[in-house]
Amino acid sequence: MAKYLLLKHYRSAPAPVNNVPMDQWTPEEISAHVQYMNDFAARLEKTGEFVDGQALAPEGSWVRYDGEGRPPVTDGPFAETKDLIAGWMVIDVDSHERAVELAGELSAAPGKDGKPIHEWLEVRPFLAAKPSTTECTFK
Amino acid sequence: MNEALIRSLTPGVLGVLVRRGADFAAAEDAVQEALIEAVRVWPADPSPSSSSRGGPMRDPKGWLVTVAWRKFLDATRSDAARRLREDRVDQEPAPGPAPAVDDTLQLYFLCAHPSLTPSSAVALTLRAVGGLTTRQIAEAYLVPEATMAQRISRAKRTVSDVRFDQPGDVATVLRVLYLVFNEGYSGDVDLSSEAIRLTRQLAAQIDHPEVAGLLALMLLHHARRATRTAPDGSLVPLAEQDRGRWDTASIAEGVVILQAALARDRLGEFQAQAAIAALHADAPTVEETDWVQILEWYDELVRLTDSPVVRLNRAVAVGEADGPRAGLAALAELDDASPTSSGKGHPMPRRTAVAAYLHERDGDLATAARLYAEAAHQAPNLAERDYLTRQAARLNTRRRG
Repeated sequence: MAKYLLLKHYRSAPAPVNNVPMDQWTPEEISAHVQYMNDFAARLEKTGEFVDGQALAPEGSWVRYDGEGRPPVTDGPFAETKDLIAGWMVIDVDSHERAVELAGELSAAPGKDGKPIHEWLEVRPFLAAKPSTTECTFK
Repeated sequence: MNEALIRSLTPGVLGVLVRRGADFAAAEDAVQEALIEAVRVWPADPSPSSSSRGGPMRDPKGWLVTVAWRKFLDATRSDAARRLREDRVDQEPAPGPAPAVDDTLQLYFLCAHPSLTPSSAVALTLRAVGGLTTRQIAEAYLVPEATMAQRISRAKRTVSDVRFDQPGDVATVLRVLYLVFNEGYSGDVDLSSEAIRLTRQLAAQIDHPEVAGLLALMLLHHARRATRTAPDGSLVPLAEQDRGRWDTASIAEGVVILQAALARDRLGEFQAQAAIAALHADAPTVEETDWVQILEWYDELVRLTDSPVVRLNRAVAVGEADGPRAGLAALAELDDASPTSSGKGHPMPRRTAVAAYLHERDGDLATAARLYAEAAHQAPNLAERDYLTRQAARLNTRRRG
């Protein structure tokens, strides 16, 4: 019963095995890829392990406070070397092993020629909001 | 129609149906329909005098059993497999007055069945024994209602073939209840309070010292709850808690329950943990904590469970009873015993934090500060991460100043 974030990256992740940019897939291949992920989410909803999933636009900005009375600093629309996150899914599973197993399945989404793309997904546990009470001597 | 009354009656009604031969999922559906019927026909005022002679309020549980059983039979008759089930039902002895106690107890065992994953067992227990709605459970676990509904219906399917006449494993039930307690979210449903309520109910039905031990442990932890976090949400360690704000009624109740359990001379890990919690709760100030006795209880716990977490807590107690050097030596023994507690693999939660604390007590502030910062990276939740980061910052400031 721990929540994990499965992160898909646009870049900065190691290259997938089936590394063909999406714009060179056929529309059918793209549909199959999206369908795979939708089916995956629907299946996790049935097992009681799905929490949330969203896709993110590739455009993003870094923003920083720049002092009293001044507008925040942004780096503009030019994302160059920074990491970009394509989307995420939050799952609620019994163990880290189960989270890794599911990320493995999601990484097998079909790509060019309908073959699995073997993309790298990042698996990050959520920090629980409240400490648990399992120990006597500290809390 | 009174929600508390309904919640207290539901598990018993469900238990009667399942024992009479209804499978779990069908029984649950039938009970839900009976509850809907109850909402429709029961008087708003639940006192017996307000209802007419022989009305549902004379025997609400009997009324619910009768209606739910009729709903179950209706559903069964229209089912393709009706012949098989009706034969089975037919062979059951005629339903008479049932001892409700055993039925609810069986329900506990069913919901904590070993074939269920921990999260499914927890969800099913809250639903069937606790009588919570799917929405309440979903909100308590911060997942969508549809997700929780599926988790519960999968769990029901998993146990649908389990026979209802076998005594289950008390230890599994207790583990599930302790899982619920440790979630402790508050909101519409406070899972810690719910776990205490259910464990209390279980303790009333089953004479087992470990059930009493777990109930005592929960009450003793719960008594300190208000002081465990500051108003800003940050963690307050035991030594710094305002003991005047501990719930003394809850502590006293926990101690009485624990003493009665210990007198039975069938020690188990929950009783030993409760004994440690009781010694902490009993100390008027942190300086007056009886660490020697706490250490003795940790030795018992090591004998009973020998888990790395227990050995880690024991090292803290050694540090308090015999000094930080002895504590660090106990920690080193732990590393030899468990290859994953340091270095390779998953670091054991809080091992680094304990090492940092013992080094600070020993006067080695540089090592302590470095270890606190490292421990902050391994912290399992935000409150602990913030706490440990502050400890590192405190020591670094002191070393510079």
